[in-house]
Amino acid sequence: MEHYHMNLTLKVWRQKNAKMKGNLETYKVKDISSEMSFLEMFDVLNEQLIIEGKEPIAFDHDCREGICGMCSMYINGQAHGPWQNNTTCQLHMRAFKDGDTIVVEPWRSSAFPVLKDLVVDRSSFDRIIQAGGYISVNTGNAVDANAMPIDKKDADNAFMAAACIGCGACVATCKNGSAMLFVGAKVSQLSLLPQGEPERESRVLNMVAQMDKEGFGNCTNTYACEAECPKGISIANIARLNSEFLIAGLSNEEN
Amino acid sequence: MALDAKIPQGEMDKKWNDYKGHVKLVNPANKRKIEVIVVGTGLAGASAAASLGEMGYKVKAFCFQDSPRRAHSIAAQGGINAAKNYQNDGDSVFRLFYDTVKGGDYRAREANVHRLAEVSTSIIDQCVAQGVPFAREYGGLLSNRSFGGTQVQRTFYAAGQTGQQLLLGAYSALERQVALGNVKMYARHEMLDIVKIEDKARGIIARDLISGKTERHFGHAVLLCTGGYGNVFYLSTNAMGSNVTAAWKAHKKGAFFGNPCFTQIHPTCIPVSGDHQSKLTLMSESLRNDGRIWVPKQKGDNRNPKDIPENERDYYLERRYPAFGNLVPRDVASRAAKERCDEGYGVGTTKMAVYLDYKDAIMRYGKIEAGKHGLNNADDKTIFDLGKKVVEEKYGNLFEMYAKITGENPYEIPMRIYPAVHYTMGGLWVDYELQTTVSGLYALGEANFSDHGANRLGASALMQGLADGYFVIPYTLGNYLADEIRTNSISTDHPAFLEAEKEVNNRLNLLLNINGKQTVESFHKRLGKIMWDKCGMARSESGLKEAIDQIQQLKKEFWSDVKIPGAIDEFNTELDKAGRVADFIELGELMCKDALNRNESCGGHFREESQTEEGEAKRDDDNYSYVAAWENKGDSNWELHKEALSFEIVKPSQRSYK
Amino acid sequence: MTFKHFFTSSIGKKFSMAFTGLFLILFLIVHAGINSCIFLNDHGITFNKVARFMSHNWIMRFMEIGLFAGLILHAVQGLLLWKQNNKARPVAYQYNQPSKNSSWYSRSMGILGTLLLLFIILHLSHFYVGTKIALYSGDTTHNLFKEMDDVFKNLWIIVLYLCGVIALFWHLYHGFQSAFQTFGIHHKKYTPLIKMLGTGYAIIICLLFALMPIAMYLNWIQ
Repeated sequence: MEHYHMNLTLKVWRQKNAKMKGNLETYKVKDISSEMSFLEMFDVLNEQLIIEGKEPIAFDHDCREGICGMCSMYINGQAHGPWQNNTTCQLHMRAFKDGDTIVVEPWRSSAFPVLKDLVVDRSSFDRIIQAGGYISVNTGNAVDANAMPIDKKDADNAFMAAACIGCGACVATCKNGSAMLFVGAKVSQLSLLPQGEPERESRVLNMVAQMDKEGFGNCTNTYACEAECPKGISIANIARLNSEFLIAGLSNEEN
Repeated sequence: MALDAKIPQGEMDKKWNDYKGHVKLVNPANKRKIEVIVVGTGLAGASAAASLGEMGYKVKAFCFQDSPRRAHSIAAQGGINAAKNYQNDGDSVFRLFYDTVKGGDYRAREANVHRLAEVSTSIIDQCVAQGVPFAREYGGLLSNRSFGGTQVQRTFYAAGQTGQQLLLGAYSALERQVALGNVKMYARHEMLDIVKIEDKARGIIARDLISGKTERHFGHAVLLCTGGYGNVFYLSTNAMGSNVTAAWKAHKKGAFFGNPCFTQIHPTCIPVSGDHQSKLTLMSESLRNDGRIWVPKQKGDNRNPKDIPENERDYYLERRYPAFGNLVPRDVASRAAKERCDEGYGVGTTKMAVYLDYKDAIMRYGKIEAGKHGLNNADDKTIFDLGKKVVEEKYGNLFEMYAKITGENPYEIPMRIYPAVHYTMGGLWVDYELQTTVSGLYALGEANFSDHGANRLGASALMQGLADGYFVIPYTLGNYLADEIRTNSISTDHPAFLEAEKEVNNRLNLLLNINGKQTVESFHKRLGKIMWDKCGMARSESGLKEAIDQIQQLKKEFWSDVKIPGAIDEFNTELDKAGRVADFIELGELMCKDALNRNESCGGHFREESQTEEGEAKRDDDNYSYVAAWENKGDSNWELHKEALSFEIVKPSQRSYK
Repeated sequence: MTFKHFFTSSIGKKFSMAFTGLFLILFLIVHAGINSCIFLNDHGITFNKVARFMSHNWIMRFMEIGLFAGLILHAVQGLLLWKQNNKARPVAYQYNQPSKNSSWYSRSMGILGTLLLLFIILHLSHFYVGTKIALYSGDTTHNLFKEMDDVFKNLWIIVLYLCGVIALFWHLYHGFQSAFQTFGIHHKKYTPLIKMLGTGYAIIICLLFALMPIAMYLNWIQ
């Protein structure tokens, strides 16, 4: 793999805190190696800003190996940047070339308010999980793990849905700011498994109710979420969420 | 102060059951009045908080990430061990116990390890019940793979994302308790001190990382589930935020630090590519199941690896350790890679890498597949394609990750790997009940020192984290809290709270007002370099002494020349980081001191002065069969306490994987 | 969960959009089928007979109410969703590249639908109003075919109709398969079939509708 260096112009969203208005600021970085990750390029920029006596750019990141779901940059008009099936931290600078201008913004959704610069508050996702994204089994109540064989196909599909890292790229990408892929993935995972059966109905109803309460938009099936999901979560999960909701909503006897 | 590990009497395999049978209990009405603070929400923290919440305690859980789901347990790839013996290959609780003690090079506490092996099976049951989608066979039953340092298949896994799936299981249990009101969650909060009242841990000072404000929180007991301190090396496979601060503050408040120098260097990581590197990425150890590790036989061979013929390749692990081959424990594999590179056989641009080759595995699987499909005369290309599919299913996400980082296709070109800091076996000293030397202060998971001795076996970290949280602390904590039922909640206006909060704020102010010239990051990098060079894979007396001097210098420089922009009462990531790096610097010194004290090689700790003629690690059981527990006595001053290790069952012998 | 809860939830709204959408899709088959009678080129005799049946038969008139209800529900619900969805992102991206992850028409159902609504109003004023006047004034000689012939003499009208048909095409092209996804039908085998069916449906229906004004304007049909 050929390595090269590049000079770049960055336009980055700066916002002091949740209450103040923000705007794009322009920065220049020099001599960026194509081997760097995108966040390492941000490290370079931040070091530069600190030395210049300016405030560094706040951005969320932690594991830097594409699994914790913390990083969340909208890069050149795409969640997590130009690569497919990829998180911001795994985006590498060889995706860019010398002289490029890169625009970096935070996730934008009323359910993800900006806290500072590129950092947003995604606690709405936690609250959706609190509404029912679990199987109610207290510690110590489990039967032997092999007591219940599970069709490998179902187990595999459940796993693929469970691969969601909760980063919120689906919401950030969706023109409606909908969280259906996130919710669909969790509902799918648990409804595909026999362990999830007892709470199947209440789970989907409660999670959707919480999702609506948080102010996410409605799904209009543009499938942009699937295209931008770093873990390739399929829209089949949204379809499953829909049918689970339809059956649960219509069969539920509560009035 | 004498260390009492409080190991129950009786035979090894009865200790835990006996303990559980006689431990004090807290009745449900009293549980409702007792508050417990859990710091950290990884596998240990989330499982502990959820379990304690289910039991009826009032729990407050803290994490510095924006959600408990992001704790670094999530990044564990390979799997979790359990003595289920589903494969009928002779596994048992005893074998898991034996392998773990041996793998830890006889520096772990037997009773703790035995308990770990006992509860391992319940963990799998619990996780499956929670909906953790482990890999399964076509018959619908759970699948297992093998891992380094063992000869049975006891590792349960979910592709290369086992940690993620287990953590999401624990996280969902935790969120359920949050919804039920049993746990109150404080995300984006960092613990900055322990509050002690009458020698008991009674709460913490935490800082809200958004507003920058400090908060006082009371708890009848405090659980630290804050992970390891591998980031002291700057470059490690830990998350950027992983830090020692919580454990270090506890240490400063009287908790002894156990075996701080025991660090695990993981053999299969993607090599460093340049100075810009901010972290290292692990490639799961499970890759060693099928991959073969080699270097060219000729020094400085710059040919494309594909052009190097079979007879000019040195499969050095298979050569040196025929019995275990590529599946030797991590410490052995790491040192062997370092040895080859130091000798000049390394590959890649930096020459600090070895090859991990999947060609043979792909062809082997391909032939099996071709056989299944009745393709008797398949050409190499067809076999390769068939085999690639199998490998893709098993390790696809890891290969993809490698390709993203390096820009190379690992199906075609062998991967380049090199060891990197991955895990710290050392941690806060705890007794059998996971209590530190401070009453009411507990340490769980990687934050404690207890179960892995001098080297951790693959797929055992997840096991330990969940064992501590789900199945150990719910019992052992009750033993302490049963005596606390008469203690009413203490107001956080108590002078001890105010004093601790004031100290925290003073320190933050001090840091911010240094107003020097160098960035926090640059100090961290320099610390990391000292640690990696002198307290990394090989350590020597002279090197360690130098390191201690250098670290003391660095500490002075840090406190006089660090530059932190912004203010305290706002979202200020540089200030957060500065506090952590300051603690890392102090820890680094203690690690070197501990490494210097332990003049033997054991597990991941390799003293150049103590090796066999073949260059293998040489233990010194006569002099060092103890846990080094360090008590902080002020600035750069520690007192060593020893907990003698006695081995009733697994008699120490020189580890051999030949 | 009450019906109110169900239908006011985000997914419930989707169901009503998909349900009414599929209903309108069925209606278009009938509409296109009947109108295609003009292609018999019998001076509109068959067409007028069928049209008279449709406007005078009690069952059809009853179903007409359902049709309008469906149409109005679909339009109003669609507009409300559009508004609500815009609210979910109060601050827009300064730079966005939605074309990288989704098709323009899937993102433009609101605009396409609005265009269609305007077109439908125009269309009703051309043909529906006259039919109703004839019905209630007892005029038994109302010649809908002639009305068509008259309307489609104007080139501007033809252009407007073609625009309407184009909007209809993209709306159907996305809407058809989207409705199935909403009902939870996503299958490795069947989803591609549904998509093919939807494409075929949108092409055939829209071609037929486009041909009608063109054929009349160019006097292929008399």
